[in-house]
Amino acid sequence: MRRLLYLLPFLLFLGVGIAFYLGFERDPRDIPSALIDKPAPTFDLPAIPGQMVQGQPAQGQPGGGGLSSARLAGDVTLVNVFASWCIPCKAEHPVITRLSREQGVTVYGINYKDKPEDALTWLSRNGNPYAAIGADQDGRVSIDWGVYGVPESYLIDRKGRIRFKHVGPLTPQVVEEQILPMVKHLRQG
Amino acid sequence: MKRLLLAALLALSALSSPALAVQPDEVLPDPALENRARTISQELRCLVCQNQSIDDSNAPLARDLRLLVRDRLKAGDSDDKVMEYVTDRYGDYVLLRPPFKATTLVLWIGPFAVLLLGAAGTFLFLRGRRGVAAGADTAPLSTDERRRLDALLRKDD
Repeated sequence: MRRLLYLLPFLLFLGVGIAFYLGFERDPRDIPSALIDKPAPTFDLPAIPGQMVQGQPAQGQPGGGGLSSARLAGDVTLVNVFASWCIPCKAEHPVITRLSREQGVTVYGINYKDKPEDALTWLSRNGNPYAAIGADQDGRVSIDWGVYGVPESYLIDRKGRIRFKHVGPLTPQVVEEQILPMVKHLRQG
Repeated sequence: MKRLLLAALLALSALSSPALAVQPDEVLPDPALENRARTISQELRCLVCQNQSIDDSNAPLARDLRLLVRDRLKAGDSDDKVMEYVTDRYGDYVLLRPPFKATTLVLWIGPFAVLLLGAAGTFLFLRGRRGVAAGADTAPLSTDERRRLDALLRKDD
């Protein structure tokens, strides 16, 4: 009994040590979202000024041609926050393109604090996988989404609720292991 | 002369101010409101440079959040309301002083629990040692032991 008592500090130290060691594995940049399972914020963003959709100026189209929260309900969708000045966004771009063109997930874009001409050049150079894009020039709508570093991606269920968030570039691994199973699950639910 | 130099130094130091992240164009015209904005900003973590408050940080997001805090204050929100507005979007993580609740119990209670445990351990240890010193739990020597001890002591001379 007494020997056990002497061991106690050591055991405590061991426990704390293990807890801290496991802490090394965690990414301090990965902040849990406060919005998981909550409805996506209400917003109405205009199209990128000068953007053309199917040969027509996007801004002249019904609804402004941008992106609003009304469009998010209905199907499971991915909302991707990107910018032309963001290097990891370019890295994840092929992954987003495949997700939208081959893997059948509707992807919407929020263009975060970007110059319109830069965003348009970026899209014409790399291709536009987005079903619609909203231009968030002052970043206010993105704050409502809890964005703290682009790129960020959000999975929205059919009722328009945020169900999953990924911070940083999407990789094929994240898509295969997390996004696609989640999309499948949400489409059934 | 010395006093004059000191006065000059003091006057000069009054002219300087600490380097601020807050840009002049962000400052509210109403000093009371600006003061509240500064206090709130010092409590909010910058999510880009995570150990700085948004009041200290030069990150663009910190600036956006400072402007947001000021906009909320101008709209007539109370300080708590502004905090709530930000935590609704970014979670408790943005608070530099974590709130006291079930999930943060270990954080707040932990150090005191360890201190208490240490105190209890020290108390037990010291009480045990006092017993030894007083000879409370040592039996007196038997006649046989006494004879052997005497023999050993005599051998040394």
